[in-house]
Amino acid sequence: MQATLVMFVISLIGFSIQDNLGDPLRELVGQSVSEKERDALRDRMGLNDPFLVQYGRFLSNAVQGDLGNSYFFKKPALEVIARKFPATLELVIGATFIIIFSSVPLGIYSAIKPNSWLTRFILGISIVGISVPVFLTAIFSIYIFSVELGWMPSFGRGETTAPFGWDSGFFNGDGLLHLILPSLSLASIMMPLFIRLIRSEMMEILQMDYIRFAWAKGLYPKRIWFLHAFKNTLLPVITVGGVQVGTMLAYTILTESVFQWPGMGFLFLEAVNRVDTPLIIAYIIVVGLIFVVTNTVVDLLYTWVNPTVKLVGQKS
Amino acid sequence: MRRIFKVAAVTALCLGMSAGVQANTLKMAYDADPVSLDPHEQLSGGTLQLSHMIFDPLVRWTKDLGFEPRLATSWERVDDKTMRFHLREGVKFHSGNIMTSLDVVWTFDRLKKSPDFKGLFAPFEVMRVVDKNTVDLVTVEPYPLVLHQATYIFAMDRNFYTGFDDKGKSKAEIVKHGDSFASTNVSGTGPFIITSREQGVKVVFNRFAGYWDKKSPGNVSKIIMTPIKEGPTRVAALLSGDVDFIAPIPPTDLERIKSNANTTAVTMGGTRIITFQLNQNRVAHFKDKRVRQAIVHAVNNDGIVKKIMKGFATTAGQQGPKGYAGYVDGLKPRYDLAKAKQLMKEAGLEAGFTVTMAAPNNRYVNDAKIAEAVASMLSKINIKVELKTMPKAQYWPEFDKRSADIMMIGWHSDTEDSANFSEFLTMTPSAETGYGQYNSGNYSNSKIDELVVKSQSMTDPVGRSKVLQEVEQTLYDEAAFIPLHWQNLAWGARKGVNIEAIVNVMNFPYLGDLVME
Repeated sequence: MQATLVMFVISLIGFSIQDNLGDPLRELVGQSVSEKERDALRDRMGLNDPFLVQYGRFLSNAVQGDLGNSYFFKKPALEVIARKFPATLELVIGATFIIIFSSVPLGIYSAIKPNSWLTRFILGISIVGISVPVFLTAIFSIYIFSVELGWMPSFGRGETTAPFGWDSGFFNGDGLLHLILPSLSLASIMMPLFIRLIRSEMMEILQMDYIRFAWAKGLYPKRIWFLHAFKNTLLPVITVGGVQVGTMLAYTILTESVFQWPGMGFLFLEAVNRVDTPLIIAYIIVVGLIFVVTNTVVDLLYTWVNPTVKLVGQKS
Repeated sequence: MRRIFKVAAVTALCLGMSAGVQANTLKMAYDADPVSLDPHEQLSGGTLQLSHMIFDPLVRWTKDLGFEPRLATSWERVDDKTMRFHLREGVKFHSGNIMTSLDVVWTFDRLKKSPDFKGLFAPFEVMRVVDKNTVDLVTVEPYPLVLHQATYIFAMDRNFYTGFDDKGKSKAEIVKHGDSFASTNVSGTGPFIITSREQGVKVVFNRFAGYWDKKSPGNVSKIIMTPIKEGPTRVAALLSGDVDFIAPIPPTDLERIKSNANTTAVTMGGTRIITFQLNQNRVAHFKDKRVRQAIVHAVNNDGIVKKIMKGFATTAGQQGPKGYAGYVDGLKPRYDLAKAKQLMKEAGLEAGFTVTMAAPNNRYVNDAKIAEAVASMLSKINIKVELKTMPKAQYWPEFDKRSADIMMIGWHSDTEDSANFSEFLTMTPSAETGYGQYNSGNYSNSKIDELVVKSQSMTDPVGRSKVLQEVEQTLYDEAAFIPLHWQNLAWGARKGVNIEAIVNVMNFPYLGDLVME
């Protein structure tokens, strides 16, 4: 119910900004086409109708699952996005893996050994990571690894295969090679945040009474660190993680456009440049939906990690 | 068993043979991929680049702006309104159909219906079939640019595009914002056929085995075209060897590509003029010729080209570039700050005034930076400029509304001829005649109008050139607009890909003739 309301508001906002995006006709016709010709086209596309008429038409189609046709791709906007979605998902999964497998060990290490030189180094690097914009990281990594060293491909998605029905670059060498740089660039903005988050949470928890009891009880250090302490660190990390999925989607726009990665983010940027309004609105709605879904999933995960959390409406 | 052996042997033989023929794959990256496969859907550089790959025009431009025969082998004037084209015999379409005069006439009629192209083809009345391989192209008035326009007639396969698709729509339909048969299916006579296409990701072309031009030196058997939007990524793809050929090159990366041992860059003075227009309806001071002169003298074209464009542009004092009919050799930029101040004083405006200026920020090379530079140059003669830059999608509606006092516009002549600039940029704006559609300055001079209209029906090239030169001279003397520069063109390639021979100032590389080592 709440989610439906959110989606409705998103669609209204999405639809009302479209007039400020510019004139889609300019991108559809050549420079020397007369104003009369353009106006006739605008009429045929229904762009001259009053706002409410246009919105009503959009809404009645939208509830039937039709968000209009992209001007540029000449196909239903949802279909276009669905085609590009796997590429973005691939990138997000790749980046998530990198983030999890680097920030968890690094975060724990820097919490356990707060004063070692390696910790200082990790924290120093993470400051750099947080402050360098993602497109710079991306361009630098292209120049270093593709142009100078020649180890990595410089752009695109590479070969995709579909052994399990999902056409993806995960299942072959070329596709994986193409994934490395974009995933690393995308991960570079989130990684420092998670390292620092895990470190500070963990350090706080290590001061808690129950951990002291555990030490007193003579448990193995590994058991204390990785089971008792780490498990309780997870809670805030999951919350932040859920919110960050959205931020990550936003950053795919930059990463994808630098790497010419054929995903949703790049598609969106192009759509804005071309004033492809149906596609822009569809993108906003799809991303809105992703936000709503991930936040719901995070709420559910909560109860699983920490059974004392109650969802609204759940009997206590 | 025996049969299997036989099949294997034949396969091996085939493989051996195809390996014997040199297979050259060209991997290339443009900043965008074609919007549609329909050559008549959008009049744009991208459409023409694609058309030269999968279609052939009747005649095409040579490097020195002459014409060479393609589907037409020869042509002659029948009378002052009629040009007769003799078509090449035995030319095959990709579908296997043989091209005849019926196809060419069918294409012409379709051009007359295309919203984008019909303006360009307005001077033509009709095209008639004379016989199987001859057509007559008839103009409304005697018209000097018949051959210029014939470069736009890319023969389409009439039989292929006739009938109805599986949705019941006519296959010939031109649809601007929807799915049509012609936007996804294609049959031309050109050197390449499209084997796969994923819009925005990749287009794969194979050389057409039945291509008529056996004399073409081209040896590229396969092209993989990927759009790479970001300039630095495109350059990196070339430098790292992921692609063999890129266009355009951002001005800042030109040196990198030239200095790299494995790559070369080819540059050429372009034909797109970048200008500012001074709106006389909004600012009364701009009606004063001295003020306009002062502004032209205050703008340092050379500085803009050197500092902002990194030398990657040609300074301009007129609309059409060298090689065009109206080009006058002596019309150079006139930067002279002292004179500009003097002119402002004469106009009684020493104290200056305030104006608004608007420019796009993603349409022309460095457009926003150029506008900033011009704004600061004008402040030296006490004209205070309030500048607003915006993305092109928002800029064009503002331009149509003439919402600022000084507006930037770049123009490329679709006819590759001088008159086109004036028809759109400097003739008196009028909804009736359609002239001056992009004249946001509202500059109006009946002498210019008369001269340009007169040139439209002059078939004597020398006399016509004189008339168009007079137009340029008058616009210069009157300071009708502020000319800045012509944007240069640049292509980059791996060494061994001989692009020098196939690129041209129109920016449609003749990839069919490309030689690769």
